[in-house]
Amino acid sequence: MTARTAEAGSAQAQSRTQAHGQAPGLGTLPVLDVDALIDDPGTRIVVCCGAGGVGKTTTAAALGVRAAERGRKVVVLTIDPARRLAQSMGLTELDNTPRRVEGVDGAPGGELHAMMLDMKRTFDEIVEAHTDPERARAILENPFYQSLSAGFAGTQEYMAMEKLGQLRAGDEWDLIIVDTPPSRSALDFLDAPKRLGSFLDGRFIRLLTAPAKAGGRAGMRFMNLGVSGLSVFTGLLNKLLGTGLLRDMQTFVAAMDTMFGGFRTRADATYRLLQAPGTAFLVVAAPERDALREAAYFVERLAADRMPLAGLVLNRMHGSEAAHLSAERALAAAENLEEEGIVDLPEDSPSSPATAERLAAGMLRLHAERMHVLARERRTRDRFAALHPEVPVAEVAALPGDVHDLEGLRAIGGRLAEQPGVEPA
Amino acid sequence: MVTGKGGTGKTTVAAALALALAEEGKRTLLVEVEGRQGIAQLFETEALPYEERKIAVGPGGGEVYALAVDAEKALLDYLQMFYKLGGAGRALKRLGAIDFATTIAPGVRDVLLTGKVCEAVRRRTRAGGFVYDAVVMDAPPTGRITRFLGVNDQVAGLARVGPIHNQAQAVMRVLKSSETAVHLVTLLEEMPVQETVDGVAELRATGLPVGGVFVNMTRPAVLDRAAVRAAEESRTEIAKALSRAGLGGARRGGRAEQLIGPLLRQTHEHAERLALEGELRSEIAGLELPAYELELLAEGADLPGVYLLAGELREQLREQGVAR
Repeated sequence: MTARTAEAGSAQAQSRTQAHGQAPGLGTLPVLDVDALIDDPGTRIVVCCGAGGVGKTTTAAALGVRAAERGRKVVVLTIDPARRLAQSMGLTELDNTPRRVEGVDGAPGGELHAMMLDMKRTFDEIVEAHTDPERARAILENPFYQSLSAGFAGTQEYMAMEKLGQLRAGDEWDLIIVDTPPSRSALDFLDAPKRLGSFLDGRFIRLLTAPAKAGGRAGMRFMNLGVSGLSVFTGLLNKLLGTGLLRDMQTFVAAMDTMFGGFRTRADATYRLLQAPGTAFLVVAAPERDALREAAYFVERLAADRMPLAGLVLNRMHGSEAAHLSAERALAAAENLEEEGIVDLPEDSPSSPATAERLAAGMLRLHAERMHVLARERRTRDRFAALHPEVPVAEVAALPGDVHDLEGLRAIGGRLAEQPGVEPA
Repeated sequence: MVTGKGGTGKTTVAAALALALAEEGKRTLLVEVEGRQGIAQLFETEALPYEERKIAVGPGGGEVYALAVDAEKALLDYLQMFYKLGGAGRALKRLGAIDFATTIAPGVRDVLLTGKVCEAVRRRTRAGGFVYDAVVMDAPPTGRITRFLGVNDQVAGLARVGPIHNQAQAVMRVLKSSETAVHLVTLLEEMPVQETVDGVAELRATGLPVGGVFVNMTRPAVLDRAAVRAAEESRTEIAKALSRAGLGGARRGGRAEQLIGPLLRQTHEHAERLALEGELRSEIAGLELPAYELELLAEGADLPGVYLLAGELREQLREQGVAR
């Protein structure tokens, strides 16, 4: 790990030098000033969203470390992070209470806390907080509830929103950084409250509760189904689901009935909170076609929902200190050297004796590969920028390995903040 | 079933596999279940409807069909098929029951998606043969795969009797049979490999059949750590070599000499990555599963690239005796 840290340091120095020589094309684009964002006392919530595997959780954690070390009291809410990344922040298990992260420089007066969302625990807590103990027990023991809360599609999104609402309502934090769930469809967590709302407004739920309530008849009249209609319906459901399940569902819905209004109110409130000026969305992506296509979708979707977008974080960008040497020239030179020196040696075999020619040729081939990667990444980035020239971008240079300690997160934070054209604060 | 951590190229590998398995006279079905229209994007066609349609011919000459499963339509289909409920289905939809079932009710969505795939697996032609020789699913990511595939066990436990119970059990029988294989796509990076190892353990614990590991986006090894050490010791000679190759003066401050530092740092990064990849490869080997390697596509995962991968896969599958 020490080796990796040292590497991260030198790579950072390297990226600094790159910053001056590079950025053709990006110079005209707005640059995301991360420090200005996290230093602003008006910024209370930062939501990191993006496709899976683009470094979303790492970005959230790195922002947390940086904001805390710049004097803010921060909590990072992560959802199902990679174990080792969690360990880097001292999290060892699912735990619904924010824990102080040790090893963060507290001199400027900041603090870093982190928590990993426990879906089931969050759901249980809501039930316990909003019903009497007897009813709570009935709900918690209901098999239907147990499956629902254990994490079927959608629950994670509801609970992430719920937890965010709770953290914000507590007003204990200067800044809440949220790492969004790896959703099936990109912005499920935005849809969750609406979907819950339309379900609760729907007649189906009343239909479900009707037979379990004494006043079922009123419900039936409301639905214009009549007694026979209702019994056909429940009969059908029974046939489909099996009697036991329908009964479990009805008991569950009846028991939850008093809580649904609360769910809805809070989900709506959280949704409005996300639209409020104190919130900033960061779309995280890697310079690959699919990830940026997803990012473009996020940008459009956030605009449609009037969610405040702060910018795009483009992780894992490659650079080169020798960018003036083109891939074509490097390859031609490599071929010259190979012809000159090593005709009798097997090509590309790392174990064959090292001659200066062979080593130089290998280094040039690697450089050519690097330049190809660089060109592809730029093209992909520029395509995105052409579609969304208004979105400020922060590029983060690729690290040689994964990040799993505070030092690594600090290095990423530094790279995030150091963008060409942004004055160090 | 093709799963993998996000960003590992699951959809690309699933598509390449469906193409590779489409040998002469065979027909494969490529299925997606997450509503992302990844297949349509990859094959450069318009968005796929909820309908099986031919999208390609494999390098071996067979046909590849594709299907984007939609939970809501699958449920209406299912109601129609088993209960002849054309109109009632629409009534249920108006009531919000379909929304409830496909988005909120625990597991129903995943039951429908897996159920539809199993139906395609078991479907037969009039002549009695299977309609599809292989069905390849671009499945949810590793973090959710066990829950996704195991949902029918859960549901069979919740709905203890009735048609849903029976349906769930029938699907589970197919998924746990030797006809199914759950393949995991990974990169030679720490987190994806960790997720693969965890995923394999979870799948095994649930009794789901694990197939192989597809190591995606591999890059050729050029220079290792020993080579980097050798290069550091012979900077002068390398500067001369670069100069001879026409890249400027080898003297201190010359253009060729100035290249040494940057090139060495890049080479060092490459060698470190190779060393890490070596460790990760042995971690993968420790799983004792068939492993397949797919080279990084220089131009990204586009349609010609997928055909290239399909060709590579075909050879490797033959070597491993999986395909003829």
